[in-house]
Amino acid sequence: MLQYALRRILLVFPTLFAVAVLVFLVLRVVPGDIVEIKMTAEGGIVSQEEIERERERLGLNEPLYKQFFTYMIGLPRGDLGVSLWTERPVSQEIGSRIALSFELAILSTILAVLIAFPLGTLSALYRGTVLDYVIRIITIGGIAVPSFWLGMLLIMFAITFFGKLPPLGTVSIFDDPLTNLYQLIWPALSVGYRYSSVVARMLRSSILEVLSEDYIRTARAKGVFERLVIVKHGMRNALLPTVTVIGLEFAFLLGGLVVTESVFNLNGIGKLFVDSVVRNDLNLLQGLVLTVATCFVFVNLIVDLLYAALDPRIRYQK
Amino acid sequence: MTTKIQTNEKMVEKPKRRTIGDFIKQQPLGFIGIVMIIIMFLAAVFAPYVAPYDPTDIDFMASPALGGGQPSIEHPLGADAFGRDILSRLIFGARTALSIGFFSAFIGCSIGAIIGTASAFFGGKVDLLIQRFIDLMLSFPIIVLAIVVIAIFPKTVIFGIDVNVIVAIAIPFIPKTARVIRSQALAIVTLPYVDAARANGFSAKRIIFRHVLPNVTAPFLIMMTAFIGQAILLEASLSYLGLGVVEPTPSWGLMLAGVNADYYRSAPWMILYPGVAVSVAVFSFNLFGDSLRDWLDPKLKL
Repeated sequence: MLQYALRRILLVFPTLFAVAVLVFLVLRVVPGDIVEIKMTAEGGIVSQEEIERERERLGLNEPLYKQFFTYMIGLPRGDLGVSLWTERPVSQEIGSRIALSFELAILSTILAVLIAFPLGTLSALYRGTVLDYVIRIITIGGIAVPSFWLGMLLIMFAITFFGKLPPLGTVSIFDDPLTNLYQLIWPALSVGYRYSSVVARMLRSSILEVLSEDYIRTARAKGVFERLVIVKHGMRNALLPTVTVIGLEFAFLLGGLVVTESVFNLNGIGKLFVDSVVRNDLNLLQGLVLTVATCFVFVNLIVDLLYAALDPRIRYQK
Repeated sequence: MTTKIQTNEKMVEKPKRRTIGDFIKQQPLGFIGIVMIIIMFLAAVFAPYVAPYDPTDIDFMASPALGGGQPSIEHPLGADAFGRDILSRLIFGARTALSIGFFSAFIGCSIGAIIGTASAFFGGKVDLLIQRFIDLMLSFPIIVLAIVVIAIFPKTVIFGIDVNVIVAIAIPFIPKTARVIRSQALAIVTLPYVDAARANGFSAKRIIFRHVLPNVTAPFLIMMTAFIGQAILLEASLSYLGLGVVEPTPSWGLMLAGVNADYYRSAPWMILYPGVAVSVAVFSFNLFGDSLRDWLDPKLKL
């Protein structure tokens, strides 16, 4: 196990390196001139000298390999450059907002798992019944309903039934945990519905797959209680692919937050991401894309390690 | 020689041809899906004849800002902030959603399928390189990738179609399709007829396009159906964020973007119906896609 874990952890570094190179290439080389895009987008006629001066200031007149070098050296120190818009370091801009998004992500995951497990299990155990059909329609719906619209519906619901909007803006969880939860539960629900549907569907199909295995028949044949068959023989094995999906979807949750944070006007990295595009702040965008990809790489790492811990077959593979 | 082949054919039981009737019987949910898709498609094509108003007709008297716009006989689903008829905008919005959905899914899946089969066909270092690159692409959430493309490509509109939005939505589908198609193609490139084609000295291009690609049609169709749904969802999200299609093009996502806090209370219909339209569209494609998979290739993992 230890050997597997070490090997898997070491693999993170080349992946992160490749991600960094790719992001650099895409955002620095392909689109042409950041400064021109930025300055022309700000409107008005921009003289060539002004563009040159701005390029000089941002270090964009350096040869590409030198820029790459500066960029790569900065990364391990958390130096992501300066936001073209606010002129503050990108790492600060992200750092001040990431906690909120992270909390929202965790909250949605908890909600999603809490919803998904009963739904997925019931749907599998009562396969073909009305209950199964209802649950399947609910979960297919979760993949179809846009999370931002669900968010708007929740706001509408809150207005109709509580007579007021869920308080906008945010209170830190450390100052006032209850208000904080009340504020974040709505966006968490709107992202979590899709999340729980994906997990429930996965759980359903893997339980069904496991229950048709020979060892389940054997267990039943030797007279093990049905409940025990399902929990000890069935669920444990069905959990494996489900854990993967929970992990993968967690990473993609960051994508869902991009839209949801805008609906609820939450100042997290998702909203920052949209703002950076609207303002043509490619430095900030680059930092955010790197952050998201890094999160994904680490979540993947955790999933793989968890998987190995749950399934001995994985860790003994080459 | 001929007789021998004939006896062989008799010995092997021919699989029964499955008809559309079988599909309806075995996949009722999928049938409902395709019926809804066809209805939406017809509404989109004949939008000018079906829709009661022009989607850009402004009638300020019907604006909820002035207390009007309630669903009524004139405006069955109400009117928006500019007094534009919501039903008409939904019907014309179907054009935007379906065309962007179809083209981006088709482009993304086609490129992905070609990359996937090429990767499987060449194998070795090429395969490894392509796979690593795909791993990399997959470490970005779809919407993040799409927004990055939006950010770096200039806005391009040809014949009223937002090309940059289509490209932005298509690109995230490429790695996903390539991954699935490759795993299918891996089995095909080891089959004798591919060896035969190689022995005949056919070019790699010819073998990939003529011998391998036609045999991954089933997973291609399944993935494309699923991706049209996702693409519609993505278009709505992008337009909602102000990064997709822009006014005055009627788009479901854009209709939701025009809602400000006041209308939550005074004009809930502005929020309700566009979202229902997106959900129903995506739901139909998902239903149909799921059933298509069960029908064509139940073991395919997406």
